[in-house]
Amino acid sequence: MASICSVLPALLCKFPAIDEGTIRLARKTVDDGFKGFVRSYGDIIDRMVQPLQWFLNYLESLFVGSPWILVLVLMVAVVYFGSRNINVTIGTALSMIAIGLVGLWNDTMVTLAMVTVCTLISIVIGIPIGILMARSDRVQAFINPILDVMQTMPSFVYLIPVVMVFGLGKVPGLIAVVIYAVPPMIRLTNLGIRLVDKEVMEAADAFGSSSWQKLKNVQMPLALPTIMAGINQTIMMSLAMVVVASMIGVGGLGKNVLQAIANQFFTVGFLNGFALVGIAIIFDRTSQAFGKRLQKHSEVIHG
Amino acid sequence: MASHAIEVKNLYKIFGPRGGDFVDAVKKGLGKAELNEKHGHVLGLQDINISMPAGGVMVVMGLSGSGKSTLIRHINRLIDPTSGEVLYDGVDVCKMNDDALREFRRHKTAMVFQKFALLPHRTVLDNTVYGLEIQGIERKESEKRARGWIERVGLKGFENHYPNQLSGGMQQRVGLARALTNDADILLMDEAYSALDPLIRVDMQTVLLDLQKELKKTVVFITHDLDEALRLGDKIAILRDGRVVQQGTGQEIVLSPADDYITAFVKEVNRGRVINVETIMRPLSGNAEGVPLVTGTVLESAARMMTAARVTSAHVVDVNGRPIGALDLSTVISAMVTPTSHEDRAAA
Repeated sequence: MASICSVLPALLCKFPAIDEGTIRLARKTVDDGFKGFVRSYGDIIDRMVQPLQWFLNYLESLFVGSPWILVLVLMVAVVYFGSRNINVTIGTALSMIAIGLVGLWNDTMVTLAMVTVCTLISIVIGIPIGILMARSDRVQAFINPILDVMQTMPSFVYLIPVVMVFGLGKVPGLIAVVIYAVPPMIRLTNLGIRLVDKEVMEAADAFGSSSWQKLKNVQMPLALPTIMAGINQTIMMSLAMVVVASMIGVGGLGKNVLQAIANQFFTVGFLNGFALVGIAIIFDRTSQAFGKRLQKHSEVIHG
Repeated sequence: MASHAIEVKNLYKIFGPRGGDFVDAVKKGLGKAELNEKHGHVLGLQDINISMPAGGVMVVMGLSGSGKSTLIRHINRLIDPTSGEVLYDGVDVCKMNDDALREFRRHKTAMVFQKFALLPHRTVLDNTVYGLEIQGIERKESEKRARGWIERVGLKGFENHYPNQLSGGMQQRVGLARALTNDADILLMDEAYSALDPLIRVDMQTVLLDLQKELKKTVVFITHDLDEALRLGDKIAILRDGRVVQQGTGQEIVLSPADDYITAFVKEVNRGRVINVETIMRPLSGNAEGVPLVTGTVLESAARMMTAARVTSAHVVDVNGRPIGALDLSTVISAMVTPTSHEDRAAA
């Protein structure tokens, strides 16, 4: 290599980076600017997300504070009426009992509360954005790259500004999880609506449907299976992200895993890991069975 | 409810981003192939002038790619024309604003689709009330009307089935019930029966003809099947490459096809079911002989009545029973079998 470089001008051999002083200056300017922004607006932003904190705290204390038997019965009932599947229901009861036996009940409840709130927020944010994307190619072209960034950017990177603005705690954790978990919700809502049969849409037009009527009567119901898949993905991704979010102060199973990594507690790590897997499978099977039940009409009975 | 006629005037449709720029060129004779090759635009319809009879069935016939589905979509403006007018009650549908168009679609038109286009997540009943629901009519009232039409199209007892649970013919009955429940003047049927089995298709044609006798809606029916066109159409327009080749009654088209293209079509037609007795009768000379045939009787029925009565001659009477002409069995049979070709007539 050196021999090639001896004949080439230096400019082509060593990449002409901007000199370090300039980069340092630019970095400092951006950092200072952001810090200044946080100093002046941090309080306002904090106050704006206060309701999230309340909601999260309320749900957490509800889950943790209620007698375990009540929570278990309620959970089993929800799973049963959601899935109408006895295997899934028994599996849920057994895994929740196992989690309780190894002493992870309270941590699991904290994680459950967190995932519930994250999923709800992702749905509330994701579906409207997905609808907007489906309506306009321009909006889609604008939002798609943003979603790409959200999905590929290492989560630790966006934890930095989140922590700078909100400090440590549950809300920054929540925001980090939502950033990670909302893209599939948006993408699959968009996809589901775009895949709605053109003929049925034409029929809706021919009968004089307004665009709200088309959305309500045709697009959303027909996109529902895809949207359900999006909700399922969002739940799975929130569960995965809860561990990372524990680095910035989210409690529950993720915190235990983090401690186990730091201290090389092999058993603790796996127990908590399996508890997360247990919840993930319960959510997954229930939401899928529920989604399938909603689509009962599409089963072809006529031969 | 009196129905009204639809007038299509000088309608052009050129598909492509700059369709409007080529209308004048097409009017001056730019062909479909050339337009596509040189400019990358597709000529959908050119110079369409059709007046569709009020309270009658207008059939638009053509093979695939002839522009017939494009044409029907101009009547409720699912497709915007490049130039031209579609007049209903003297109002140009193509100039309506969004609100007026939506009202027009809600109250004046109803459409039946080739692939049914039912809502898969709704039951037969919920599909049928769709149009009324969009109009904002109270559920109880719309359900009552919908149940009536479901019964009329022969689906009583299937109200709570989902479309997927029904056969194609039954699904199209739902499509028809959904359109009729709307109680609109104009019924647009886009190859409504093309996806059905032949027997079911004939059955559905009968349903439509029976209903039309009392409803007297302005029906626009698209088909690629000449037999279907002749059976249903009070007036028929034949489309080819986006242009009307011939329009008139079924008899006019069968007896005097405008060109070779239509002659080829007409050759396979059962003429006995199209041509009426008054078309081939000779002036009455002397007394009326044989069985009386009312005007409008087709040759096939006439032949059947004459053979059943074991006579070889018959006379034609008008609706009041007054004799107006005569014919004999050999005339009837020769008219049923003689193919009137384009050249033959030209030579004669």
